[in-house]
Amino acid sequence: MSNFFKKSDLSRSEAENIISDTLQKCDDGELYLENSKSESILLDDNKIKNSSYNSDLGFGFRAISDEVVAYSHSNEISKNSLKQSSENLKSTLKSVKGTYNHEIPKSNKKYYENINPIEQKSLNEKIKILNEVNNYLRSKDENIKQVTANFLGEQKSVEIIRSGGETLTDVRPLIRFNVSVMLEKKGRKETGVYGVGGRQSYDSYLKDDNWKSVCDEALRIASVNLESKPAPAGEMKVVLGPGWPAILIHEAVGHGLEGDFNRKKTSAFHNLMGQKVASEGVTIVDDGTIDNRRGSLTIDDEGTPTEKTVLIENGILKNFMQDRLNARLMKTKSTGSGRRENYRHIVLPRMRNTMMLSGNQTQDEMIKAVDKGIFAVSFGGGQVDITSGKFVFNCTEAYEIVDGKIGSPIKGATLIGDGPSILKEVSMVGNDMMMDPGIGTCGKAGQGVPVGVAQPSILINKMTVGGTKL
Amino acid sequence: MVKDQEFLEKKAAYCLGLAKKLGASESSVIVNNSVSETVNFRNKKLDESNRSDDLGISITTYIGKKKSSISSSNLLDDNLNILIEKCVETTKNTPEDEFNSLPDKDLLAKEVKDLNLYDDTHIENDQKIDYLKKLESAASNDKKIVNTESSFTQNKSNFILANSGGFCAGYKRSSFTASSVIVAKDEKSMERDYEYSSKCFLKDLDDAEELGKQAADQTIRKLSPRKIGSEKIAIIFDKRIAKGILSTFASAVSSSAISRGTSFLKDKVNQKIFSDRINVLDKPDMLKGLGSRNFDSEGVKTNTLKLVDQGILKHYLIDTYNGKKLNLKSNGRCGGTSNLYFENGNISFKDLLNSKSKSLYITETIGHGSNIVTGDYSVGATGFLVENGEFKYPINEITIAGNFKEMFKNISLANDLEFKYATNSPTMMIEGMVVAGK
Repeated sequence: MSNFFKKSDLSRSEAENIISDTLQKCDDGELYLENSKSESILLDDNKIKNSSYNSDLGFGFRAISDEVVAYSHSNEISKNSLKQSSENLKSTLKSVKGTYNHEIPKSNKKYYENINPIEQKSLNEKIKILNEVNNYLRSKDENIKQVTANFLGEQKSVEIIRSGGETLTDVRPLIRFNVSVMLEKKGRKETGVYGVGGRQSYDSYLKDDNWKSVCDEALRIASVNLESKPAPAGEMKVVLGPGWPAILIHEAVGHGLEGDFNRKKTSAFHNLMGQKVASEGVTIVDDGTIDNRRGSLTIDDEGTPTEKTVLIENGILKNFMQDRLNARLMKTKSTGSGRRENYRHIVLPRMRNTMMLSGNQTQDEMIKAVDKGIFAVSFGGGQVDITSGKFVFNCTEAYEIVDGKIGSPIKGATLIGDGPSILKEVSMVGNDMMMDPGIGTCGKAGQGVPVGVAQPSILINKMTVGGTKL
Repeated sequence: MVKDQEFLEKKAAYCLGLAKKLGASESSVIVNNSVSETVNFRNKKLDESNRSDDLGISITTYIGKKKSSISSSNLLDDNLNILIEKCVETTKNTPEDEFNSLPDKDLLAKEVKDLNLYDDTHIENDQKIDYLKKLESAASNDKKIVNTESSFTQNKSNFILANSGGFCAGYKRSSFTASSVIVAKDEKSMERDYEYSSKCFLKDLDDAEELGKQAADQTIRKLSPRKIGSEKIAIIFDKRIAKGILSTFASAVSSSAISRGTSFLKDKVNQKIFSDRINVLDKPDMLKGLGSRNFDSEGVKTNTLKLVDQGILKHYLIDTYNGKKLNLKSNGRCGGTSNLYFENGNISFKDLLNSKSKSLYITETIGHGSNIVTGDYSVGATGFLVENGEFKYPINEITIAGNFKEMFKNISLANDLEFKYATNSPTMMIEGMVVAGK
């Protein structure tokens, strides 16, 4: 655990006094301190291209009065700097008359260990694996023209000091290992990307030559794409594979169920609570409590322990995801979904691990039920316009389905749909729910946070496929 | 207040000195400070205030052809000592790369011109609030407007770039940015749109009322959209989307994509990639330009480049490392382009709309559908159906797709270029793309 006051002219008790003084008539607020260490080691074009290390330290001071949020952040943890921030908050909130809400739930549960993954493996060992990845792939396929592989590791220590001195702390490890391959054959180039990660040591993911399976998967996707033909254009049936394709859930309904957009009534879902928004059999949860997952958190960035929040149960909209501010204004409780990218940013209600739970059909039954459509196995990113409800995601591995059989691979295409209606078009839910491999980052209001997704195979009756073949 | 040159130079010199003492043969350092103050309004009321004071340092050390880098927001000497020691240690353990080096001395910027990038004016939060009040009141005239969120940011920054070869320079910048996001609703739909203005000088910022009104009008006209069928149709890209196509071009001609062989424009220098009428410029010395600079992030002097001349690709965007790899000299584009733009075409916006009996006017795209390896393009889109030069009705839930190799050849441009962003394009029409809808 970091001692934020060790090398500062500011003592903890002085900080506590400034916090309590600043927040005394506010409804909520806190001092958020963060110390993060991260590394990136990149192999590209047969060479170690980059080895870098970052250490970031700072605080964010927040005061909330009714709906108004005042925020100030700085890298300098000093008496002067905190006082300046305090003045800044006070000048924004000129006439406050609230009552500070001291209530914050407690839990002893932890969803990851207090480790520093960067220190657990030497630089030389990391470089050795990256070189092995490069040699392994290049010896496997003569069409390989480019290999990129990288390690990203991080340890983030946070401390939240609330008015009255109550303190909540967390130490969060996070790693990612990615491999990208480019193939070239007869003048045509295609790429394949795969990665793994989560809140454990590098070795938990890479031991016993496990990195080879990451390489194999990236190469397999690139090889499939090398044979792909133009994707169709228009509305058709879509079968989604299990796991990572759950970005569909994240984009189509996840963002629209975040508390802020619903309090402001700018989400297409704001007036649908308690109503049927999905087919029977569709249950979606957002869970921050799964051990070692990329989207898991012991406490959120306001200090609330995370939980498993049921968003949609058997087709019915049950809950939004809430931070403390939006929960208070909507007269409900925080779901432990208050997150920020780092101390430079304000808290927003965000997703953690968003999952559609298993049903009882098989992927085989879904494929057989489609005359003409596509089977989407892997995706790049997605995006949503939460107001109109329209969302997209980009296929990175997909096949056509003709007369109940999987046909040729098709080129990467964007799929577009309507969030509030898409889940009503789900006609089969598979029994094969799978977590994603631990690589997702979600962007909102310029802030990126690590998230996870999961789903079984599903059949969607109608979606627009954005190919070029009419 | 933002830190002065002297403070930043002192930190930079300390780092270079220490790196040398600890065994680095060469090193470079960037120290920057950025102070931002933002006020957000929502539905004509104060919603958020945000002050940020960011210090940052990044150091790269070389030992011969070995290289490593560190960065930190903690500029206390204690911390810098630990980090630089770690950086040098990591450098020793990182394999050699023959192309690693500081930029050639004769390419470095010799003088720093005043490009008029810093406005000393300080706008108090109360004045920001006045601006936002005017903006939101102008934006809220129509009953269909159900939510307005607007924001005003003042940013002042300063930096120093220094290296062990004796380069040491930096300068202040300022920006004043106002934006407004509007939600409108009718029986059938709810839609969102925005308007934005960002300038180096406060006095150049768009009028609050005009900005608010424009954001509101752009939102209301999107209500009750329809979905159209799948077809091949001419696409007209609004300027705010057209600039994205130019950005994709810039990524595809970056020397890193070229040297790695991962660009569809590899080996296309001196070949025709656009039609005869197309010229692309990157002009770093525009006064008050949002992308203006004297030198790139390695200190290399940045001259104006005509990247595309009458349809022919003339240059890649080259930095030191990839330049050495490609056997080309850096043209001062480490960190990307400066003020990048398509030169005006020769017909008016109106004539462009009129040039086809039926076309689609796109105002927003979503998704990350640009693949610079293959040139494939497929994104979700929102816009309007245009018939005989008139906007007929709004359209959404469609995708547009094509391949940049073909799309580039089919670009025609209007003559309505303005310098609203760092990368700018006139309104653009591309024929031969496929729309997927119903």
